[in-house]
Amino acid sequence: MNLRASSVSAQSPRHCVVAGIILTSSVLFSTCRAYAIPAFARKYNLPCSACHEAWPKLNNFGQVFRDNGYQLGNGKDSPIWQNPSYFPITFRITPQWHRDSSSNQQVDSVPGDATSPPIERTLTSHGFDLSGVDIWTAGTLFNNISFSVLPSSDSTGTFHFENAWARFDNLLGSSWANLKFGKFELDNMISEKRILFLSSNGGLYQLYHFLPVREAAFVTSGLNPLNAGFGLGDNQLGIELAGHSANSYTRYSLALLSSNDGNVGVPNSSYDGFASVSQAFELGKLGLQRFGAFAYLGQRPTNFNTAAGAPITGSGSNNKSFYRVGLDAILYANKFDFSLFYLHGWENAFLGTGTSATTTLPSGAQAPAWNGGFVETHYTVNTKLILVQRNEFIRMSRQAFTSDPSDLGNRDGYSFGFRWYPIMFSRAGLAWHSEYAIVKSTKTSAVTGRDEWKSSLLFGFDFAF
Amino acid sequence: MSDVAHNLTRFAAAAVFLSSVVVASSAQESHIGNLTGEAKRGKELYQRYCIGCHGQRGDGDGDNAPHVDPKPRDFTVGTFKCRSTPSGSLPLDKDLFDTIGRGLYSTAMPRWFPLTRQQRADLIAYVKSFSPRFVEEEPGTPLEIPRETPSDEGSVTRGRELYQTVAKCSQCHGKEGRGDGPSAATLTDDKGHPTLPYDFTAGTKFKCGESDQDLYRVLMTGLDGSPMPSFSSSLKPEQAWDLIHYVRTLRPGFQQTAQKTKEKKTSGVSSAGTATDNTRPSVH
Repeated sequence: MNLRASSVSAQSPRHCVVAGIILTSSVLFSTCRAYAIPAFARKYNLPCSACHEAWPKLNNFGQVFRDNGYQLGNGKDSPIWQNPSYFPITFRITPQWHRDSSSNQQVDSVPGDATSPPIERTLTSHGFDLSGVDIWTAGTLFNNISFSVLPSSDSTGTFHFENAWARFDNLLGSSWANLKFGKFELDNMISEKRILFLSSNGGLYQLYHFLPVREAAFVTSGLNPLNAGFGLGDNQLGIELAGHSANSYTRYSLALLSSNDGNVGVPNSSYDGFASVSQAFELGKLGLQRFGAFAYLGQRPTNFNTAAGAPITGSGSNNKSFYRVGLDAILYANKFDFSLFYLHGWENAFLGTGTSATTTLPSGAQAPAWNGGFVETHYTVNTKLILVQRNEFIRMSRQAFTSDPSDLGNRDGYSFGFRWYPIMFSRAGLAWHSEYAIVKSTKTSAVTGRDEWKSSLLFGFDFAF
Repeated sequence: MSDVAHNLTRFAAAAVFLSSVVVASSAQESHIGNLTGEAKRGKELYQRYCIGCHGQRGDGDGDNAPHVDPKPRDFTVGTFKCRSTPSGSLPLDKDLFDTIGRGLYSTAMPRWFPLTRQQRADLIAYVKSFSPRFVEEEPGTPLEIPRETPSDEGSVTRGRELYQTVAKCSQCHGKEGRGDGPSAATLTDDKGHPTLPYDFTAGTKFKCGESDQDLYRVLMTGLDGSPMPSFSSSLKPEQAWDLIHYVRTLRPGFQQTAQKTKEKKTSGVSSAGTATDNTRPSVH
């Protein structure tokens, strides 16, 4: 199939912006569950706070436990030591009240009349709601063989496998060789799966899922169903070789991944690669300071074969590349800690404009690139209360078309809130979560090309047991 | 009373008060090398990591205490197993520092070495605040560990004899070191909880460290709070080394290790370096 005719052209920015909004919304409102495992607390008789700065965010003790394949190394890790009735399973869900508002959203000027001229309105909704639910089992199958299976649903109860992997730990007796196989989270130092924000605008790192406006529109359009885009925060399918020093101050990860953004069914028969490395050191009474770097190199098909008009799974071809590279850090200053993140993203011009590589690029097409970062601050009052805030920005450094405004799709976000944990012990976790988040997307409104503002306010009981 | 005498009395009272404050405040600190731990910070860490087992008051009565075996340590009595100081005396701060970092294998006490050194020092300062002993007493004089004697067949043979006779280890640990001696079933710790002697044949890690020096320390200082006594008055240093060399032979895999060592020696490859490096037996 030749995608050229259906590529997103420079002459139709509004349509692709609409699609971009849909994609963005689908990402923002998708289930974004974070990880915390009371099953481990029950197994080891440790309070949540032993492994989590404030659950689900790990502290270094929890990081070592995770790096070691969910093993403490106290001689009681193998399941043979557990009561036979023990089953390492955890449920997590968040009953909540939330208010979401989006400015400059396209609506029909005459409700119900699709032919009426579109206009823009601010859309606001609020009410009581549910999050999705995680039903997570993880732990050890044997000494140095660990696993995780996480069926996760959205709020309607539609399930998917958020992760499912087996890991062979401490190969050849070395903590530097651990092999993981399956669907898993990339070894992001700042884990989105353990984010301390839950609302539709704050509960994800914008940078982890960002695609330039025109490419996002193309991916959402479904014109090439074998191109699922890419999200650094999305769990991926593949194999990972990872290692760490005894206290996890030094860590690395190398992963070979299918080029399908974690989607099952082998939609593409090509591969991506991910690498990350970090080093931590102690800074006296301030605490641990960790610095890292990462790179993701990937490719996506720009063409595919069809049968009776339907795309053939795995037939993607004419791949074009993209990459994300960046630096990150987690710095402690007594009760404060700061998560710092910088990313540079680049997409091949064919991907950026949604053009089949069997054709020529449209006039003015170029490879889009962007830079972005965030600073997330936590103030841990005590083990039962944490205050959080985050500033995030994304700046396009090169648009997909030379004719586009230079700031098209730029994004700014701010989130703040707190989590209060009225109970802190070794059997279950409960948190009262309060959060407000706001995100501005520059010149992306579908009709007038104005800025879009999206905000979300959320209160809820986040519990895991 | 003259003014001079009155002033002297007041001065003396103030000095006593100040010195007690200094002592009390020093008990709120820990000192490990160039690290100074502070109890105030340690309290927050304790509430994060330790309170579940050791309890709010440090008396070993946390929420998890009924569910863990062996029971958590009661810090209020100031008695600690892994020490470099004589039996009955307080441990050095470094002893506690090492214990926290190493954990106690096969118990609910994990290795806390992922915590920073400063955090561990702060924790120790707070743990010490639970017991008045740390205000009233000084830690004991640390044991000096003499140079290890050669671990040869003669040493193992002597150690085997000591194991059965002088030290009477077999009474608790069993004739073959399986932890099944005649007294094993009757042993309790200082809280009256049943406790089992170490099974040398199981191959599990030792609680207070894996090196021969660690074993020497345990043998000569005992494990306070447990039935394991100090043998400092009944064993000479060379006898203690013999005993250690013997119990090493009870561990699984010893024969293979010894065989490899022998082969290396036969092929001219040097094995251990200094005497203190010679922590693995070379006999078979």
